[in-house]
Amino acid sequence: MTESDSAAAAALDAGDGAGDERRDFLLIATSVIGATGTALALWPFIDTMNPSADVLALASTEIDLSPIEEGQSITIVWRGKPVFVRRRTAAEIEEARATPLDQLPDPEPDEARAEKSEWLILVGICTHLGCIPLGQKSGDPRGNFGGWFCPCHGSHYDTSGRIRKGPAPENLVRPPYAFLDETTIRIG
Amino acid sequence: MSQPTWKNPIVAWIDYRLPVFTFAHHELVDYPTPRNLNYWWNFGSLAGVMLVILIVTGVFLAMHYTPHTDYAFASVERIMRDVNYGWLIRYLHMNGGSIFFLVVYIHLFRGLYYGSYKAPREVLWIIGVVIIFCMMATAFMGYVLPWGQMSFWAATVITNLFSAVPLFGEEIVNWLWGGFSVANPTLNRFYALHFLLPFVIFALVFVHLWALHVHKSNNPLGVEMTGDSDSIPFHPYYTIKDAFGLGVLFLVYFAFTFFAPNFFLEPDNYIEANPLVTPTHILPEWYLMPFYAILRAITFDIWFISAKLIGVIAMFASIAVLFLLPWLDTSPVRSATFRPVFKQFFWILVIDCVVLGYVGANPPEGWFIPLGQIATAYYFIHFLVLIPLIGFLERPRAVPDSIASAITAGTNPGVEQS
Repeated sequence: MTESDSAAAAALDAGDGAGDERRDFLLIATSVIGATGTALALWPFIDTMNPSADVLALASTEIDLSPIEEGQSITIVWRGKPVFVRRRTAAEIEEARATPLDQLPDPEPDEARAEKSEWLILVGICTHLGCIPLGQKSGDPRGNFGGWFCPCHGSHYDTSGRIRKGPAPENLVRPPYAFLDETTIRIG
Repeated sequence: MSQPTWKNPIVAWIDYRLPVFTFAHHELVDYPTPRNLNYWWNFGSLAGVMLVILIVTGVFLAMHYTPHTDYAFASVERIMRDVNYGWLIRYLHMNGGSIFFLVVYIHLFRGLYYGSYKAPREVLWIIGVVIIFCMMATAFMGYVLPWGQMSFWAATVITNLFSAVPLFGEEIVNWLWGGFSVANPTLNRFYALHFLLPFVIFALVFVHLWALHVHKSNNPLGVEMTGDSDSIPFHPYYTIKDAFGLGVLFLVYFAFTFFAPNFFLEPDNYIEANPLVTPTHILPEWYLMPFYAILRAITFDIWFISAKLIGVIAMFASIAVLFLLPWLDTSPVRSATFRPVFKQFFWILVIDCVVLGYVGANPPEGWFIPLGQIATAYYFIHFLVLIPLIGFLERPRAVPDSIASAITAGTNPGVEQS
């Protein structure tokens, strides 16, 4: 309020000091309601940027596992991201289970990582900054722990997809999945 | 300063109602400018010219570009091969970005060297830092539009930075993407914002100039203008000097545009984006490499805070620390000309930034990791420890009373720097 405004207000309220308080209340109440309304009106704009209905509709994928031999891996696309499906060998499972949990930056037992020990199903995105780790193809480097190796910033994952060395803070993420029968899964 | 009288009746008629001509005369012709500015003071106006060139070339590219993941890459190739002079406009835009950053970085270091951020120019400085920040966001989103491999993976790496935010990280990233990965909604919004932000920068430049014209330019001596004997009118003295500088800059800019147009670009960006294959080395453009090096320098957790989050914070802090610089620098003397100790450390900082850029351009392996960590630590030590300490401990050389007295005494220490 400028000086002349408050002078005018004072003149109006002459002989009645309560007027100032009422004006202040009205001013503050109006400003608060106005600001709240504006803030609420922002939400539709912000929400347009969230995943839309058509994107959400394509959120689950079914896969037939039967053609995958022991020791083989496949990469499938789920929600625009690669999902690694690896049919692990007995040696790989043994190696993952033998690792003491206190050696892991993000401790998690192998039993909690795979519903059926043979099938390791993980989102193939490095938990550091979202690169795709190598290790799916037979010629790829698999890092120091036989799992995956992320070439971007040098994260090493083991045969359970757990982070062992490098900047990634967490293990490769296990997507939500369910076995529909012995050889079919649905991801998402 | 005299009020101009307009002889042309149309000009006079308009000026009476909207005094644009008087305004332009005051701010661009009569405008008193220190008489001792050296060539480092060219870079502000050069940056302005580059911004205009980028907006003009960008608008013409927008007439031919298709912001859809199925067509973006092909539409850029069409611009290169089929659109008349499309190759020229694109190469001017692409290399123009690099030249813009080059010019602005020199402008920034000019300000650091001559203490241009000190009172009463703190707000001017802060607006400048905001402009650089907006430029980085704009450049990053522009890099994504051709939808090559580097485009896609730079977008993935940089948007994933926000997943380091505690609690809401994943929600924020999905919101930025408009999905569960970098995809068509992401490309669409980046295009919209890449179009919008340069105009925001343009408005910020206007405010930057407004703040500049209140207290006028700093100068190599770092002493304020005290009267008419310290200043010369902007036109014709600095219009001609800026025009000469622009000619030199264009030689460099067009040398790249015509003879090495892909010098700054990663070859991988001529491979169309593939969400299932990560390139061996994901690299940002050269002007973001020092910040990329700082991001990757943090490879260790501190207490419960993950290395990833600290890296992100460090990267943003490396720019944010510049906001505080006017208050971190405790020295009353502006120009490094009179600050023998600060001057040495200024050049060490320049070297440190080049080292950071070099580390950022290389894979995070072997000795690049400790080198990046040392350079990152030094960067922050420079601003947070050395700058306040030097201000207290250094004994500055005698500062002249005025620009004119320094020049007429036959010694002009400002000249030796240029």
